[in-house]
Amino acid sequence: MTTRNRPLSPHLQIYRLPLLALMSITHRITGVGLVIGLLGLAWWLCAAASGPESFAAAQGIIGGFFGKLFLFGFTVALFFHLCHGVRHLIWDTGKGFELDKAYLSARIALGATAILTVLAWII
Amino acid sequence: MVEFALPANSRVQPGKSHKAPAGAKNVKVFKIYRYDPDSGANPRLDSYEIDLDACGPMVLDALLKIKNEIDSSLTFRRSCREGICGSCAMNIDGTNTLACLKPIEDIKGEAAIYPLPHMPVVKDLIPDLTLPYAQLASVKPWMQTQSPTPPDGERLQSPEEREKLDGLWECILCFCCQTSCPSYWWNGDRYLGPAVLLQAARWIHDSRDEMTGERLDALEDSFKLYRCHTIMNCTKTCPKGLNPAKAIGSIKQKLLERSV
Repeated sequence: MTTRNRPLSPHLQIYRLPLLALMSITHRITGVGLVIGLLGLAWWLCAAASGPESFAAAQGIIGGFFGKLFLFGFTVALFFHLCHGVRHLIWDTGKGFELDKAYLSARIALGATAILTVLAWII
Repeated sequence: MVEFALPANSRVQPGKSHKAPAGAKNVKVFKIYRYDPDSGANPRLDSYEIDLDACGPMVLDALLKIKNEIDSSLTFRRSCREGICGSCAMNIDGTNTLACLKPIEDIKGEAAIYPLPHMPVVKDLIPDLTLPYAQLASVKPWMQTQSPTPPDGERLQSPEEREKLDGLWECILCFCCQTSCPSYWWNGDRYLGPAVLLQAARWIHDSRDEMTGERLDALEDSFKLYRCHTIMNCTKTCPKGLNPAKAIGSIKQKLLERSV
């Protein structure tokens, strides 16, 4: 019997990821996004430190449509990562692994992300 | 290694179509992954139209009907047909479960059936489970003791101590959870996976076992245990309603307790 060249069965292509798995991968993606986003914020701070002209130029970009979009994405990612991080802290105490509790905490984290993002943009 | 796409020899091609007999009123389409190791061809997705009025209620009934009446070459594992042997674990409608416990009527539209995900396929719906079995053996899933056996009877356990094993001993090793875990997909060669870690927990929490420390030592590894990121696909998919994510959490808890 041939044991080499066995095909690999489909995985991501066919698996219907439940909400809990989507939360997990979003946590990973927002984490990476925050690191990249911090580069943008660092650039903005550098511009502020190098004088009024460069600051005005940077402010022009940040204040524009794409700058605002970037900031909005950054705040969403920040609050999601924060709220989901709290879920991980709860799991680290050995609690909240039951399916109903995991779904509840997922929904709370999503709701809190939305509320915190809206609050951050209103204030 | 994270590889999202399937290797070239694993990409699924369109397959044959088997029509329902004339006059069938209650027809459901089953799309089933087929791989013939003798042909050398890529896997394909065959479709079978089944008259549900002439078929049992579970997905396994439909598979048996296909094998008996339409295409005897369809290959899959099955034995007890009542969810205790774990043989007929496969991916049905996007989720790993036992074909014998999955009612056909729970599937909306066409029923897609694949082997357990991200495993080498021996034939059709049969994955090669050598790796998870070897991983299971590596956690020594049997009672290990150092003290002599009591001369007048068994090693006793209080009802409270026995209760700690509930939710762990019931595992039938179908590997639905193991192969539902993205972490296991990407790091299956080094991460032990939810089914194996649940077995490890079953012996760590057994009051009669005297090698708890050694068991914990063996798991204290950034890959073997800590590739679990609490994605919880395992718990979501377990056809026996067990909670591997919680079991893994309890191992992490034990390791933490002993280090503080």
